[in-house]
Amino acid sequence: MMSNLTELTVAAIRKGVADGDFTAVEVAEAFNGNVAAADALNAFIVATPEKAIAAAEAVDAKRAKGESLGKMGGVPIGMKDLFATDGVQTTAASHMLEGFVPQYESTVSQKLWDAGAGMLGKLNLDQFAMGSSNETSYFGNVISPWRRNDANGVPGNAALAPGGSSGGSSSAIAARLCPAATGTDTGGSIRQPAAFTGITGIKPTYGRCSRWGVVAFASSLDQAGPMARDVTDCAIMLEAMAGFDPKDSTSLDMPVPAWEAGLNPDMKGKKVGIPREYRMDGMDDEIAKSWDDGIAWLKDAGAQVVDISLPHTKYALPAYYIIAPAEASSNLARYDGVRYGLRDLPEGAGLQDMYAATRADGFGAEVKRRIMIGTYVLSAGFYDAYYNQAQRVRALIARDFEQAFEQCDVILAPTCPSAAFALGDKTSDPLSMYLNDVFAVPASLAGLPAMSVPAGLNSEGLPLGLQIIGRAFDEQGVLNAGLAIEQRAGFTAKPEKWW
Amino acid sequence: MSVDKATVAKIASLARIRMTDAEVEAMVPELNQILGWVEQLGEVDCAGIEPMTAVIPNTLRLRDDVVDADPLTGGGVREKVLANAPAAEHGFFGVPKVIE
Amino acid sequence: MSNYTIQGATGEWEVVIGLEVHAQVTSNAKLFSGAATAFGAEPNTQVSLVDAAMPGMLPVPNRECIRQAVRTGMAIDAQINKWSRFDRKNYFYADLPQGYQISQLYHPLVGEGHLDISLDDKNPDAVKRIGVERIHVEQDAGKLMHDQHPTMSYVDLNRSGVALMEIVSKPDMRSPAEAGAYVRKLRAILRYVGSCDGNMEEGSMRADVNVSVRKPGGELGTRTETKNVNSVRFVMQVIEYEANRQVDVIENGGAVNQETRLFDPDTGTTRTMRSKEDAHDYRYFPDPDLLPLELDDAFLDACRASLPELPDAKRLRYENELGMTAYNAGQLTMDVDVYKRFEDILAATAIKLDKPEKAVATQVANWVLSVAPGVKNAVPDVDEANDTTGANAGILALLASDTVSGGQAKEIYEIVLKTGREPEEIAETEGLKQNSDTGAIEAVVDEVLANNAEKVAEYRGGKDKLFGFFVGQTMKAMKGQGNPAVVNEILKAKLG
Ligand SMILES: [Mg+2]
Ligand SMILES: [Zn+2]
Repeated sequence: MMSNLTELTVAAIRKGVADGDFTAVEVAEAFNGNVAAADALNAFIVATPEKAIAAAEAVDAKRAKGESLGKMGGVPIGMKDLFATDGVQTTAASHMLEGFVPQYESTVSQKLWDAGAGMLGKLNLDQFAMGSSNETSYFGNVISPWRRNDANGVPGNAALAPGGSSGGSSSAIAARLCPAATGTDTGGSIRQPAAFTGITGIKPTYGRCSRWGVVAFASSLDQAGPMARDVTDCAIMLEAMAGFDPKDSTSLDMPVPAWEAGLNPDMKGKKVGIPREYRMDGMDDEIAKSWDDGIAWLKDAGAQVVDISLPHTKYALPAYYIIAPAEASSNLARYDGVRYGLRDLPEGAGLQDMYAATRADGFGAEVKRRIMIGTYVLSAGFYDAYYNQAQRVRALIARDFEQAFEQCDVILAPTCPSAAFALGDKTSDPLSMYLNDVFAVPASLAGLPAMSVPAGLNSEGLPLGLQIIGRAFDEQGVLNAGLAIEQRAGFTAKPEKWW
Repeated sequence: MSVDKATVAKIASLARIRMTDAEVEAMVPELNQILGWVEQLGEVDCAGIEPMTAVIPNTLRLRDDVVDADPLTGGGVREKVLANAPAAEHGFFGVPKVIE
Repeated sequence: MSNYTIQGATGEWEVVIGLEVHAQVTSNAKLFSGAATAFGAEPNTQVSLVDAAMPGMLPVPNRECIRQAVRTGMAIDAQINKWSRFDRKNYFYADLPQGYQISQLYHPLVGEGHLDISLDDKNPDAVKRIGVERIHVEQDAGKLMHDQHPTMSYVDLNRSGVALMEIVSKPDMRSPAEAGAYVRKLRAILRYVGSCDGNMEEGSMRADVNVSVRKPGGELGTRTETKNVNSVRFVMQVIEYEANRQVDVIENGGAVNQETRLFDPDTGTTRTMRSKEDAHDYRYFPDPDLLPLELDDAFLDACRASLPELPDAKRLRYENELGMTAYNAGQLTMDVDVYKRFEDILAATAIKLDKPEKAVATQVANWVLSVAPGVKNAVPDVDEANDTTGANAGILALLASDTVSGGQAKEIYEIVLKTGREPEEIAETEGLKQNSDTGAIEAVVDEVLANNAEKVAEYRGGKDKLFGFFVGQTMKAMKGQGNPAVVNEILKAKLG
């Protein structure tokens, strides 16, 4: 029993602790052990075993007193290092924030601790959440626990990307270093890594989870969400993370639905839209096939499948690559070496020289590239042609979805155009890296809830994900369709331990 | 619209990112590739379409005029504010001397 | 309205002036955080994590700041925009923690309005209308201190995030005097409305002064902007200096640079601001952390209902309803503290005398504007606590009822200021009351005339100047308590 604790889901851990089958401390110790033994994955920037134990002890003490243990009672999780954690280094995977110890706790992480979760550590990510492969972290690449099989089905040893930016989260969950983790999704950063690693992740409606205390990348897009092994765990954890926060003026002032209790895989009477524009020229056969599988599973669950059109799909990615860098160029202006973080003060440098030196030294190449793009598109004379035009196109993309949702309840599409690629494959060509988020970005631009669930393995033994996009505020519809797929996909594969 | 070395250098200076000549040079084609690609947005007919202002229909909430109502957004936390400062003296942040 | 020109070697030059006034909004907490705004706190003690732009911090606007800016807009008859937005103005400076200032460029809260200025105290109805382009709401920056350390500047973020209204005039002013009058009038309105305390010494109000010169009626010249000028006198000095400097530059074959300048109060001159030397590209764009600000009718109605009577309306009412001179009405309504003192004392005096306010308004106005300040200035170490509405009304009631003379009133006021004693009691115990009893005065006058028969003869012979002698003798005999009006009247009658 004890040796299997790290194989348990959030729901099972919570139940086991509540029922007294094992203690929260035993669970924390088991995961701490896995974390300590997985340096090769580089999923964590800092491990905080003592935090996990302390939270577990508190849960065990509550249980002894007969108190309620909370939605996440006794569940240790990983915290993406984009969430400020009081007294624990928070870096956004950047040299800029190396050694930065916040004196405050992000709203989302606080809610999780209040719900009885404990922290195993701070998870690696793409620097400032900019990337799709976890190769931009100052603290090194995260490695996927998955290995690609050769033609004979023999696992190779090429290091694969865990996806990004929440690649530490996806890698750690797939490798059983934690049962669940927080992610953030700006243009696919929860869904794409989930798909790459055979796990489940949901980006809720923009505004569901407070952005307060989350290092900002692109404010109008950033949304936190849970990553876990299955749909039920995502529902449980999202309930703990979501909720109105008066400190975030874009936070939705609505009650948090009982998503876990509302889970229902019966799709009778539901219409599933299949966006024809997502079936792009040269689409990977195996991706196309998994999409067809998804359609069949949802039909089997009772859904009616309808063809829909999202005509502006092809413009989503270019619009995103104006809006997100523009916002980022401004959001990242605060990293200037004055109040916290890195300061690079060359001999005899003045204030402005200090800024330029600090930012040159502190930011990685991809961060600089995006700051440069963002600065350019906002600079004098270009604002309207680039930024405003992108925001107009964004309005059209949102309108496409609105019109589509007059004909269907949820939309089914692949999460990514391919399975996980090898580290280094796309680093020399930023554009090819950006194209990896082509299916994920439209829902981000429209602020809609969207999740990725595992659909199966491809011929190389790598996981593929299916994406479900729902109406604003309809996380329940998304989770339910995800559950219908999950039950039929029967995805039980896990990476063979090599680390 | 394509950028040249001088433009890239100017943008780097606006963004306060020190760049060597070689770095500027290397960034020219990179930016041009990305900018050339995003410019396909120009094809989209946006007549009569207002730029998006709110992703999800929502109105701006306003806060009551109360001091320190929430310690997380209130003052009186100088130690927390200065805790991570590269240079802090006598309750101030220190920066290289500025001539106005 | 003023014929101000610069006389250059090539002829006359006209000066064109626009002002951007930054007024600190009166609020308890900052524009986007809950930190306090009080002046003079220890460095960085009124700074929240939000104001210090810690990673992940977010702005939430303070309703009171919006309300005050709307009320200010209403007070200058401006267009109030029910839909506005906050934009980010991006630039790097040590007093700007976020690397951008949250301001409003594209859709300000308040649009066009105007206010009327007068340059003639005697004729406040002769006005010039100065257009206001807009009022937007924005964050103040922190403060840099340069003289505390040999190689470092110190940063204090206490002001960082305090709400400002930027009130942008049209380039409608043509002289230092007009600019001075504009700032004073604007300050009066802000103080009436209660949206800014107008305290220029503490930096609650400061002006960016835009100046250019041109040949009368010619094309607009290149302007300079002199930043953060913090008194009316300095604003006028900047204009005077800049106008002459620019004329010199042009007449010597040069061109005026469009630039940001700094005023040095010690020398009365301006100079290029080094930290702003490079032309800025502020990359304004809508703040993605904030949704559009939408105001409903109920909010606007409440703002309008809460507006007080404003300076111009009050001045006209004083003239029309209280029968006051234009000069007095203008002087009394120029500042909140002055009119409030006047209205309080007027009301209390009228009640004491059981008379309509109009009957004593002029006497109270003269008291408040000239008599009382004159006495106060002459008394060292006035205890302000003694200068109550009740005490002033008490003295004015004694004066208006002829119980005391003007001179006695001043003496009583002096004692009041020093001791806080009751005016009626002072008049009684100090013998500071005048005698208006005609019988008694007649008796004294008869005696004085009898004792000075020669002089009476001289007077009657044409030496009119002696009248004052008889008044003096009578008052002396009455120990100064005779009512001068009655004394005069009786003397005139008796001397024929
Ligand atoms: Mg200005
Ligand atoms: Zn301003």
